[in-house]
Amino acid sequence: MATFLGINLFALSGQLLVGLINGSFYALLSLGLAIIFGLLKIINFAQGAMYMLGAFFAWMALNYMGINYWAALILVPIVIGCIAILIERFLIRPIAGEDHLYSLLLTFGIALVLQGVFTHLFGSSGLPYKIPAELSGGTKLPFMYLPNYRAWIIVISLIVCGSTWWVIEKTKLGAYLRAGTENPQLMQGFGINVPLITTLTFGFGVALAGFAGVLAAPVYSVSPDMGSSVLIVVFAIVVIGGMGSIGGAILTGLLMGVVEGLTKFFYPEASATVIFLVMVIVLLIKPAGLFGKEA
Amino acid sequence: MKINKLYLVLFLLALVAPTVLYPVFLMKVLCFALFACAFNLLLGFVGLLSFGHAAFLGTGGYVTGAMMLHTGMGPELSILAGTVAAGLLGAVYGKLAVKREGIYFAMVTLALAQLAFFFYLQSPFTGGEDGLQGVPRGSLLGMIDLSDNMNMYYFVLAIFIFGFWLIHRTIHSPFGQILKAIRENEPRAVSLGYNVNDYKWVVFIISSALAGLAGSTKTLVFQLASLTDVHWHMSGEVVLMTLLGGMGTIFGPVVGAGVVVTIQNYLSGGELGNYIHIIMGLIFIVCVLAFRSGIVGEFQKMMKKNFG
Repeated sequence: MATFLGINLFALSGQLLVGLINGSFYALLSLGLAIIFGLLKIINFAQGAMYMLGAFFAWMALNYMGINYWAALILVPIVIGCIAILIERFLIRPIAGEDHLYSLLLTFGIALVLQGVFTHLFGSSGLPYKIPAELSGGTKLPFMYLPNYRAWIIVISLIVCGSTWWVIEKTKLGAYLRAGTENPQLMQGFGINVPLITTLTFGFGVALAGFAGVLAAPVYSVSPDMGSSVLIVVFAIVVIGGMGSIGGAILTGLLMGVVEGLTKFFYPEASATVIFLVMVIVLLIKPAGLFGKEA
Repeated sequence: MKINKLYLVLFLLALVAPTVLYPVFLMKVLCFALFACAFNLLLGFVGLLSFGHAAFLGTGGYVTGAMMLHTGMGPELSILAGTVAAGLLGAVYGKLAVKREGIYFAMVTLALAQLAFFFYLQSPFTGGEDGLQGVPRGSLLGMIDLSDNMNMYYFVLAIFIFGFWLIHRTIHSPFGQILKAIRENEPRAVSLGYNVNDYKWVVFIISSALAGLAGSTKTLVFQLASLTDVHWHMSGEVVLMTLLGGMGTIFGPVVGAGVVVTIQNYLSGGELGNYIHIIMGLIFIVCVLAFRSGIVGEFQKMMKKNFG
């Protein structure tokens, strides 16, 4: 048994790994929220429900249509992005001029409906989703046994988060996005179709949640309330990081996953609450959030 | 004078209501109506959307339940303790939450309420998943036996009227005028020299204490304090009641609570019970898209248009 200062390194690295995986999901979800918030100035309360939808669609695709994991990983986010585009176009845009609290309530309603429908269809107990054959098994490392699928989650979500960051910060499309965040009227004046960009952004932000859902299906059981519990944690993470920066959202997500994992090792009783406690501390010290700009 | 007559009629109706309707149902409506009124004090009159009011409802309920079960205190002191506990929690949460505005305020309160949820889930005194069961109702001042539903009803009605009066007083006081000023134009309120965050904080405490009062009373009525009361669904429900009834109107939350509780009672009996969240969600969507003033708000608009 490898120990260091009386700490069981197997157990510690195991919890760190779990933390990194949770952190990957937090990063994907808070990134989606941050992108949407940037242009639409709304918080999508249905982000968690869309994550749940992603997992269920993957499960349904496999069991009803025989669509395997790899195809689902591409198709499901596209389908969910399209659903999101419809939601934006027909439900959110009509109230775009109203107080932003209304859009929060609207998306909350959408989340309730989705969660209710899936509870009705599948019950509240979880459904299993098999890890794809290519990624089953694991690798033995000096400190620990690393299941391949878990390594894959971390790698692919880092790639997706990283390329999203790159597109937004370094490309022309991203420049439009950032400009739209700053001043949509002026952008429109320059002849850029802001409503279209807004719709697509919403679709993409939500598709990220769907992607996270597919990714999560094999590791967490697929259940109707998988989205709501994670979403509240992600809200706390968004408050901690502040929504000012895309990179900040990703980093805070990963970091909070690790913090949660470490807490699970050192003081398991607090593992469910530690992120909320961090939020309290951040609110006391730097109310705008770690990466936030003072409003 | 006209409005006073309205209050009088409603009061008389409330007095005779239990002869027609099931008292426990009426008590449930009154508890949720008080909860929604307390919530509306924040959302409707200051413009602060708290998505964590279940924490205060649940705190009141758990503290009152534990007092009734484990100490010899009567219902009046137990309810007072629950209310004070919720108010204290509100003081802490409010201090943190008023640091952020708008959407962030909603997220902060939601996260803080989740913190409370996990605390109650893990604490030994709350009975975890089972909750506190078999809470005795006791007797009021050692004289009036509250296990009788009619006695309990009038006790709950008295509590509701007290809470409602307090909210009414708050709104119509100079303090309430400043709250409305903050809602309408916060920067101007700041420039007039008001310490906006302190005003928000005080009203947050009042609101959470009253939510705690509602929770305490509810625990006595149902003789149960459980995790349902601190769950985020409950926070969502109170938003729905207020939105449906009409936020920023004094009677809106009462009407909204009545409608939502009626729908829930109606659905939970039949085979439609599974659809409850779907229906709640749909009401949310419809309210936001087409019915933002709520029942009372729309009614007032109609009256103004036709008779005003």
